[in-house]
Amino acid sequence: MSEPPLLEVSALVKTYRLPGAGPFARKSARPALAGVSFSVRQGRSFGIVGESGSGKSTLARIALALDRPDSGAVRLEGRSLFDLPRRELRAMRAHMQMVFQDPYGSLDPRQRIGKIVAEPLAALGGAGRAERRARVRASLEAVGLKASDALKHPHEFSGGQRQRIAIARALITRPKLVVADEPVSALDVSVQAQALNLMSDLEREAGVTFLLISHDLAVVAHICETTAVMYRGRIVEIGKTEELFANPAHPYTRELVDATPRLDRPTRVEPLAALNGGPEATGGCPYAGRCAFVRPRCRNEAPILESKGDGSREVACHYPLG
Amino acid sequence: MLLEVAELAVDLPAPGGAQRVVDRTSFSLAEGESLGVVGESGSGKTMTALALMALTPEGARVSGSIRFEERELVGLGEEAMRQLRGDRIAMIFQEPMTALNPLHSVGAQVAEPLMLHRGLAKGDARQRAIELLERVRLAEPERAARSYPFALSGGERQRAMIAMAIGCSPRLVIADEPTTALDVTVQARILALIDGLRAESGMAILLVSHDLAVIAGHCDRVMVMYAGAIMESGPVDAVLRRPRNPYTLALLEARPRPGAPRGARLATIPGAPPAAPDHRAGCPFAGRCALTLDQCWTTPPPQVAFGANHMSRCHRAGDVGFVR
Repeated sequence: MSEPPLLEVSALVKTYRLPGAGPFARKSARPALAGVSFSVRQGRSFGIVGESGSGKSTLARIALALDRPDSGAVRLEGRSLFDLPRRELRAMRAHMQMVFQDPYGSLDPRQRIGKIVAEPLAALGGAGRAERRARVRASLEAVGLKASDALKHPHEFSGGQRQRIAIARALITRPKLVVADEPVSALDVSVQAQALNLMSDLEREAGVTFLLISHDLAVVAHICETTAVMYRGRIVEIGKTEELFANPAHPYTRELVDATPRLDRPTRVEPLAALNGGPEATGGCPYAGRCAFVRPRCRNEAPILESKGDGSREVACHYPLG
Repeated sequence: MLLEVAELAVDLPAPGGAQRVVDRTSFSLAEGESLGVVGESGSGKTMTALALMALTPEGARVSGSIRFEERELVGLGEEAMRQLRGDRIAMIFQEPMTALNPLHSVGAQVAEPLMLHRGLAKGDARQRAIELLERVRLAEPERAARSYPFALSGGERQRAMIAMAIGCSPRLVIADEPTTALDVTVQARILALIDGLRAESGMAILLVSHDLAVIAGHCDRVMVMYAGAIMESGPVDAVLRRPRNPYTLALLEARPRPGAPRGARLATIPGAPPAAPDHRAGCPFAGRCALTLDQCWTTPPPQVAFGANHMSRCHRAGDVGFVR
């Protein structure tokens, strides 16, 4: 490939130090990211699924250079974000924006919509007044709101409209990459549909590529061509979203697929199965403690992410399914 | 019949007159049965659940009839309700931390209703609490009993709350979004646990959820609520496979479907629910509904029956199409 990917994340490691159980206990360290690599191509939205504690939100923050990894690199169009001088990093921020889960908490209730939406511009060193106004208008219209809405306050809008405002704010710098962390999980079904339609339109018409983080497989499948499944700070499987969920190769992906409630069949679940993976075995597969297909090798040797089949799928499992 | 609700209405005080948040709902629940209540925010599903427990907010006016085990609960005093709550009727909430006291050990909290309602001595109640924690399949129940709520994971806390709820073998458990805050894998296990407890003990479940698929997998019957009213009710299979109300159909079509092409348009519902619906003036879904007729604005919709217990409140119930 001649052109560098839009976003390239390589070998990210991030460890948070947790306070010990007592004042004199040794502090424990938990890796939030234990060597995560993937790349996102322009126009091909990318999904990340996993449960709480999988490291997906830490990954979002580091991908946007809102937090620094212990080691590893993030490149946007080939330029390494953590090696850039501060001023250039600030300029790069115009190309990447974030949409959060909570459309209530992320909008300042005292500010008018126009000011809220224009905020990322100000952070970049600003634009002239006329320019700013024109871009607020364009941004609001891109998400199906009216230019006159700029004069209103957040409380005058419904939950779905507020999420559109949050998306309008992310769009104002005309970003190439929008990182969306659970953007629709707080919304009612009918409103969620509007937000998902909007994301599809923006990808098609405004050239926005999404890095979509969600626990909801159906939401990810609706937007993303490729998806990575994370478990305890590692990518355990990655591939074309549709095939990944139709034929999971990693037992954890299969567990997620089986547990997802569907209208057309009951969920398949083993109610007696262990609740959590228990303490992580040192050196073994992080999923071994919970895996229905575990064998002795899994407890001693950590599997690495390897290509499977035609190469469109990578899986970190000694005994992949199917 | 274990529970028979007739013409239940809840009015909340609001500036400019009382606001009706639950409008004349009628439904019943048999021993061992599981009834799902589905709806979006503001549909009245949680308020209906709270009314059954007499836990509606201060100033709310509850009218109609709630008969539980042949006893009328509307108008029953707080003292008598307190005897019932946690004993014959129990509740499981979305966020266990709102129901669990952070300052008391899990074991003490599971033991409390046993001492209160069953008169167990402290030691016996503690022992029984450990058995209950084992029954909800908490790993290491003794350790869990000694733990404080913050030391448990979200799924473990939800199990502890279920243990607290089932201690006195209630006949009715009301679960309001019990798994919404949990990961899908944990959600699946908690719902399977509730299914198993229901099969073992014959208790009835009222499961309140925003997620049609959760209800599809775990309930015998479902009622779909919108703006305080039951729009459609019936056996889960009939309602979800062959909806007879435009609102149910709209909810089903707004969901991203597994296997559908990426980026396919999802059906949306135009507009927003009415802020203060006037149920005497017509159908609360009028205007947002693709099938709206003039009479939908002026005349409350009739209840149209479709076979065994399947009911739709709609002027055009017969015109609602097939899904899939």
